[in-house]
Amino acid sequence: MLKPFVDADGAPFFEYAAQGELRMQTCARCGEVLFPPRPMCPRCQSTEFAWKRMSGRGHIWSFAVPRPPLLPDYAALAPYPVVVVELEEDRRLRLVGNLVASPEAGIDSVDPATIEIGQPVRVVFRELEGLAVAAWTPDE
Amino acid sequence: MSPTPLQDRAAIAGIGQTEFAKHLELSEKALACRAIAMALDDAGIAAHEVDAFAAYTMEATDEVEVAKAVGAGDVTFFSRVGFGGGGSCATIGHLAMAIATGQAEVGVAWRSRKRGSGPRPWTDTVNQLPTPAQWTRPFGLLRPVDEIAVLARRYMHEYGLTREHLGNVAIACRNRANANPAAIMYGRELTMDDYLQARMISDPLCLFDNCLETDGALAVVLVSAERARDCRQPPVYVHAFGQGLPAQHHGMVNYWNDDPLAGPSWIAARQLWKHSDLGPGDVDVAQIYDAFTPLIPLSLEGYGFCGKGEGGSFTEDGALELGGRLPINTSGGGLSEAYVHGFNLINEGVRQLRGTSTNQVAGASTCLVTAGEAVPTSAVLLRRD
Repeated sequence: MLKPFVDADGAPFFEYAAQGELRMQTCARCGEVLFPPRPMCPRCQSTEFAWKRMSGRGHIWSFAVPRPPLLPDYAALAPYPVVVVELEEDRRLRLVGNLVASPEAGIDSVDPATIEIGQPVRVVFRELEGLAVAAWTPDE
Repeated sequence: MSPTPLQDRAAIAGIGQTEFAKHLELSEKALACRAIAMALDDAGIAAHEVDAFAAYTMEATDEVEVAKAVGAGDVTFFSRVGFGGGGSCATIGHLAMAIATGQAEVGVAWRSRKRGSGPRPWTDTVNQLPTPAQWTRPFGLLRPVDEIAVLARRYMHEYGLTREHLGNVAIACRNRANANPAAIMYGRELTMDDYLQARMISDPLCLFDNCLETDGALAVVLVSAERARDCRQPPVYVHAFGQGLPAQHHGMVNYWNDDPLAGPSWIAARQLWKHSDLGPGDVDVAQIYDAFTPLIPLSLEGYGFCGKGEGGSFTEDGALELGGRLPINTSGGGLSEAYVHGFNLINEGVRQLRGTSTNQVAGASTCLVTAGEAVPTSAVLLRRD
C-alpha cells in the first residue's frame, strides 16, 4: 500500500493521529481551519498555527468504488469504497479515507451497496505502512 | 480597433497530426517533429520562420530539441503550461498573446504523447504522491478516474445526473468517431445498452466514461491575422482566450471548498466571454475536453450553455449530436478519436471552421475549444471570416 507522504506542513496531523486525535491545522491569528495543511493562512497570511481538535464526527459527502486496473495491493482488495467525509464542524473540511467496519478491518470490510451519501460516520485510527492515519466507520 | 488587444489578432494557419494508435514505433520526439512539419506545410510557412513555441509542462521533448530538429529560426518566445490537459488551449492563447504583442511572428504549439504504449502516470507512486495526493491516494483513490468518480457521484446526488446522461456523452463522441477514419474508434459502434452493461472502472464510472489511451502527436501554427489571410488555408482566428485557476482550487481532488462542482471552467469561461463579442448562444460547435464523461456536463455549465446543475439534462434529446443544440467533439474527442491531452480537439476546431471536418456542422463559423475541467484550465473561442 502507499504510505502517506509526510511533509513539514502536514506532519502534526499524523503525530496527533498516532495519539488517537483528529486535529486540523488552524491559523493562530484568525482561527481559520485549513485543509490540506499549508505554510500560510490564505485569509490573513499568518504563518503561525495551532492544531484544533475535531469531534471526529461527520457525514459522507461522496464516495467511489475503484476496480482494476489498480496498483497490485489495491487490486487484491477491490472493489473497496473510498469515502469523502465532511466534518460536522465545517462542511468544507472534507477528508478522504477508507470506510471500515472496525479499525482493524480491511478497506473492503464495508459493502459498498450499503453506503449512502449523508450517512453519519465517525473517525477511527489505523496503521497504514507504519503510519497512523484517520479512517471512518459507520456511526449509529 | 478591437475591444481587447487579443481579439482576432492571431490566427491558426496550419494544423498537423500523426496517425493515432495504441502503439506507434516512433519516439515522442520524432512524432512531435513530424506533426510540426505537417502543420508548417499545411500553412505554407518555412520552418526557419518559426520564432515561438508553446507546449505543456508534461511534454517530454523540450524546445531546444524540437527547434533544432525541425529547423526553427532564432526563437524569441517560448512558454510552457502546466496541469496536464488543462494546458491545451493555453498553448494557443500564449502564442496568440506573443504574436499580438510583437514578441513573435510564427508560433508553433504541439503535443506529442505515447500514452497508449507508455506508462500510466498514476503508477508513478514516487513523483505523484506529494501534496495533495498524500491525503487521497494512499486510501485507494489512486487514479484520475477515481478522483472524478467522487465528483460524479456527488453530482448525481445533488442534481440528478444519471448514467444515461453520461452515456449520451460517450455515444455522441463515438458516433462522430464512427465517421472519422483517423479515429481509434472508427467503425466501432456504441449503444446505450453497451454503455450501461460495461464493466465498472470506478463506480459510478464505467469503461466508456474513460478516454482512450493513445500514441500520437499534433501541432498547430499561429501567425498574425494579416499574415494568415495570405497563407494556404483560410484563417481561423483566435477570437478570445481565457485561463482559470479558481481561488482555493485543489486540482483533481478539488474537494475542499464551498462548491467542488463549480470547477476551473467557470473562471476560464468568465475570462473568455469578457473578452469576446460573442456569447454561449453564438457557438455553432464545441470541442469540450473529455478525459472523462462527467467533465462534459460540468463544462457545459461552466461555459454557460445551461444553468448550474443542468448539464446532465442538457445532454438529452440528442443535444450533443450533429443537428442538436450543441454538437460536440466532432472528431470523436478524447473518448473516441484519440486522447492526446486534448490537442486533437484544437485541430478539429480548426477543421470545423475550414469546413473540412468528417462531421461537418453546416455553416459553422464559431467553435469553442476547452481544456481539461477539474484542473487549472484554459479555453479558446475560434472563428472564421
